[in-house]
Amino acid sequence: MDREGVIRGIAGPVITAESKVSTRLYEVVKVGNERLLGEVIRIRGPFVDVQVYEDTNGLRVGEPVFFSGELLSVELGPGILGSVLDGIGRPLDRMGDEGDIFLRKGFEAPTVPRDRKWKFIPLMERGQKYFPGDIYGVMLDVGGLEHYLMIPPLERPGTIAWIAEEGEYGAGDSLFSSTDGLTLQCLQKWNVRVPRPFKGRLPFNEPLITGQRIIDTLFPVALGGASVVPGGFGTGKTVTQQSLAKWCNADIIIYIGCGERGNEMTEVLEEFPHLKDPRTGNPLMNRMILIANTSNMPVAAREASIYLGMTLAEYFRDMGKNVAIMADSTSRWAEALREISGRLEEMPGEEGYPAYLSSRLSQYYERAGRVKVLGSRERVGSITVINAVSPPGGDFSEPVTQASLRLSGAFWALDKSLAQQRHFPSINWNLSYTLYERSLSDYFKRELGEDWNMLTLWLRELLESEKRLQELVQIVGRDALEDLDRWKLHLAWLIKSFYLQQNAFDDKDAFCPPKKQKMLLEFFREIDDRVTKKIRDGALFSQIHRISLPLWLERMKGLEVEKMETKKREYIAELEEELSSLEVIQS
Amino acid sequence: MSLYKEGSRAIKGVTGPLLFVSNIKCGGYGEIVSIETDTSTLMGQILQVEGDLCVIQVFEDTMGLNPESTTVWLERDVMKISLSPALKGRILNGRGEPIDGKGPIIYEELKLPIQGLPLNPVKRSSPNAYIETGISSIDLMNTLVRGQKLPIFSGAGLPANELATQIVKQARVPGSKGQFLPIFAAVGITAREAQYFINFFNDTGTIHNGIFFINLASDSAVERILTPRLALTAAEYFAFFLGYDVLVVITDMLYYCEALREISAVRDEVPGRRGYPGYMYSDLASIFERAGCVRSGRGSVTQIPIITMPGDDMTHPVVDLSGYITEGQIVLDRGLNDRNIYPPINVLPSLSRLMNKGIGRGKTVEEHRSLADQLYASYARAKEVERLRLIVGEDGLTEEEKFFLRFGEMFEEKFLNQGDEYRDIKESMEIAWDCLSILPKEALYKLSEDIIVKKLSGRERKTS
Repeated sequence: MDREGVIRGIAGPVITAESKVSTRLYEVVKVGNERLLGEVIRIRGPFVDVQVYEDTNGLRVGEPVFFSGELLSVELGPGILGSVLDGIGRPLDRMGDEGDIFLRKGFEAPTVPRDRKWKFIPLMERGQKYFPGDIYGVMLDVGGLEHYLMIPPLERPGTIAWIAEEGEYGAGDSLFSSTDGLTLQCLQKWNVRVPRPFKGRLPFNEPLITGQRIIDTLFPVALGGASVVPGGFGTGKTVTQQSLAKWCNADIIIYIGCGERGNEMTEVLEEFPHLKDPRTGNPLMNRMILIANTSNMPVAAREASIYLGMTLAEYFRDMGKNVAIMADSTSRWAEALREISGRLEEMPGEEGYPAYLSSRLSQYYERAGRVKVLGSRERVGSITVINAVSPPGGDFSEPVTQASLRLSGAFWALDKSLAQQRHFPSINWNLSYTLYERSLSDYFKRELGEDWNMLTLWLRELLESEKRLQELVQIVGRDALEDLDRWKLHLAWLIKSFYLQQNAFDDKDAFCPPKKQKMLLEFFREIDDRVTKKIRDGALFSQIHRISLPLWLERMKGLEVEKMETKKREYIAELEEELSSLEVIQS
Repeated sequence: MSLYKEGSRAIKGVTGPLLFVSNIKCGGYGEIVSIETDTSTLMGQILQVEGDLCVIQVFEDTMGLNPESTTVWLERDVMKISLSPALKGRILNGRGEPIDGKGPIIYEELKLPIQGLPLNPVKRSSPNAYIETGISSIDLMNTLVRGQKLPIFSGAGLPANELATQIVKQARVPGSKGQFLPIFAAVGITAREAQYFINFFNDTGTIHNGIFFINLASDSAVERILTPRLALTAAEYFAFFLGYDVLVVITDMLYYCEALREISAVRDEVPGRRGYPGYMYSDLASIFERAGCVRSGRGSVTQIPIITMPGDDMTHPVVDLSGYITEGQIVLDRGLNDRNIYPPINVLPSLSRLMNKGIGRGKTVEEHRSLADQLYASYARAKEVERLRLIVGEDGLTEEEKFFLRFGEMFEEKFLNQGDEYRDIKESMEIAWDCLSILPKEALYKLSEDIIVKKLSGRERKTS
């Protein structure tokens, strides 16, 4: 190989090489005798700075550096769903022997497995005209999942000269050729730092249904939107994200464990294959790709991992699927950026983060959206971003949280004091917000009826007045409150305990479909109407307090949607009876 | 091994623990060097290479080092530790040299780099075996699980060391036949504290089947970078090569981070929060993440690091970053300690993330989770009522709230305050039920009806 250089300096994950040949920015480099993978991040005359994706301990000055001439890219094709990749796309589950428990350096393996074959069914025929993005065939992936094979986005339109017959093919087999010499396999490559093109953006009109009551009811995120989940440690970021990964209605989930715990990845790997997708009945793992760069894995690969994830997401979006991409956590990615920037001795911006933090972050967030994808037939796909942020000390004013806020439309603020009360998900309803409410209101009207918006408004107002009343109680004590206000406080407590809280570890409670959410809210509302009326008629709060509302609510929560209506009527009748039996002292 | 050594005498400068040496051909990042001065031989590690100039951090004191008469010899290898079963029962210094007067460790089975390699997340298995520590507030509410990393967040003057030694003495996995090995890494602790540990381990006999790495406050700060890594490399060897269940106690990670900051400051790096380097998260992770269980083997590494919170501040960067990496935390509380409650564990901010994996049917008891949830909710409520009392006075509280106050008192006096007593999970639960029996039934909404009837009927309501 003549495109070679020599290592001149090493500082942690950044090495400086001297080379006589010309190099490109972000070109992939193999570093040292161990051929560690790296990427050019700065060029200064004959010297190039390379960030190395593997541990550089033991690397020596004078060892060779090989320039590949290519930019960092990822293989796209069948067989990647259900796999676990590291930050630069190497499959961790196909790495090393059975007994090799540690990650070796310099290991190479293709993202798309070479030893497997998939059933191919052609969807176009010889002589037909094609355009970039067109689906020319389909391959059957794990669990019979249809994996569309598309004309790569940057190819020119042309005419099909030959297309393979139905049958079993591997990653290297040709499936397609055109009259002007284009041949295609099921395997494509794409540069991870470049967004895949699409025809145009579409407005948001549908929510990502998460099955989490507080999110779907109060702070929904649109398909194609972006939401941020910031929270200090112990506030349940990971549990919240894992619940979303399990239950949300996206077709494909890309889960990036970015600088987090190794055991959390293991947990997902052990749990997800046994969980069934509530919609398709397939194991949840079949719709998932895990990207694992745990906190002790090389820091430079962490920087690359979110672009890798986004490229995979775009590939599936281009098939016309709804993809949800979750990164846990953006802060670790930003810290990786800061570490590399520090090694390059760049001028630091806020809190030591490089000045380009927010522009890099927007390059990631702006690849989300609901779009009309390429191809002559109309297809719509979407990428929804759900990013966790770990602000130091739980302080939301820090740069990563702030930069993320600007780029996203929903904000689910996790609250330490709620978490300490074991109120999960610990999303604070006073701090959180969503900007998608208006664009989604038509959808909710259609699916849940005209009165849904009324119900959520009622809930918001109740929570808002609870906040006010709590402040008042702090000053004057509770006894000074009117009975109606004391009921409101109690009702808010009931709602917090039995509606906003949700147990991710309880099979019956982990996923709550929107219809059920509405049913529960209606139940609350009907209780409130009746009790409020009774108090207005002179009943005391202490009398109401004795009614076993918590028990009813707990039971309602455990029911299936179909059985709820009858049960609700039963309880309401019981409530009316109890209320009418109360002795009211008329003043 | 090569017969000759490459060396350099071109020392360009010394600042604190750093040596700037030029004329080194092909310096290797992270490689070990020996530094021969007039009087002694020191050990160092290459921190940065630029052409033939190397920045070397020296593990011993550089006082009196004369650049003119010093030679730096390249060892051409990264830092490694010799490992063999003979390490068991030995006391070593922070660089891994025996200091117990029993002579050198001759038998060597293999040498491993102390930096370690990350465990492949795919090859890990989820920690799921319950460890009984005999401490109610841990076993019942913040269960420790084999393979977990669960730090103790302490404050100056709080009994973290006592708690750690108690755990080392008492911890056992019920029903497990695995061999248990405690490894203890002292990082920058005082001679008095070290003596406490050595005495304790001598008295309990642990000294014969544990491994001890001691870096004292008076030892070199740079050496503190090595000590936890040596301990963890030894732990990985005993766990994954020999099949032991290893429990590693590291005290105190705050001093480790201070050493990190010291070196970073000398290198003129851009400081992050409170002067700690920006890469502290990755650095701490490279220590804490070295815990866990693997699919193919029997062994496991469980970590209990102790971290002092300066000024009892949980948002201090060292504490905060650790909390993001570890799987929960045990938080000690000054208020409880002042009232002579031992162990002074504040259960509200404490958390064990892996708890659910280690408890429940077949492991402890089926109602373990709901009982713990109920205790949390009730204790949180009790604390809330306590605050309310400050505003409205005792008379302003309702009957129900007064029950909570009494519950809170009994919970702290009886449940938390257990002294040196060993309680198995059954005993801990008995006391918990006693406490809960104070409360009216309607307040026990986290528990199922059946359990309440089964556990609380017949129990005298402790309302006194």
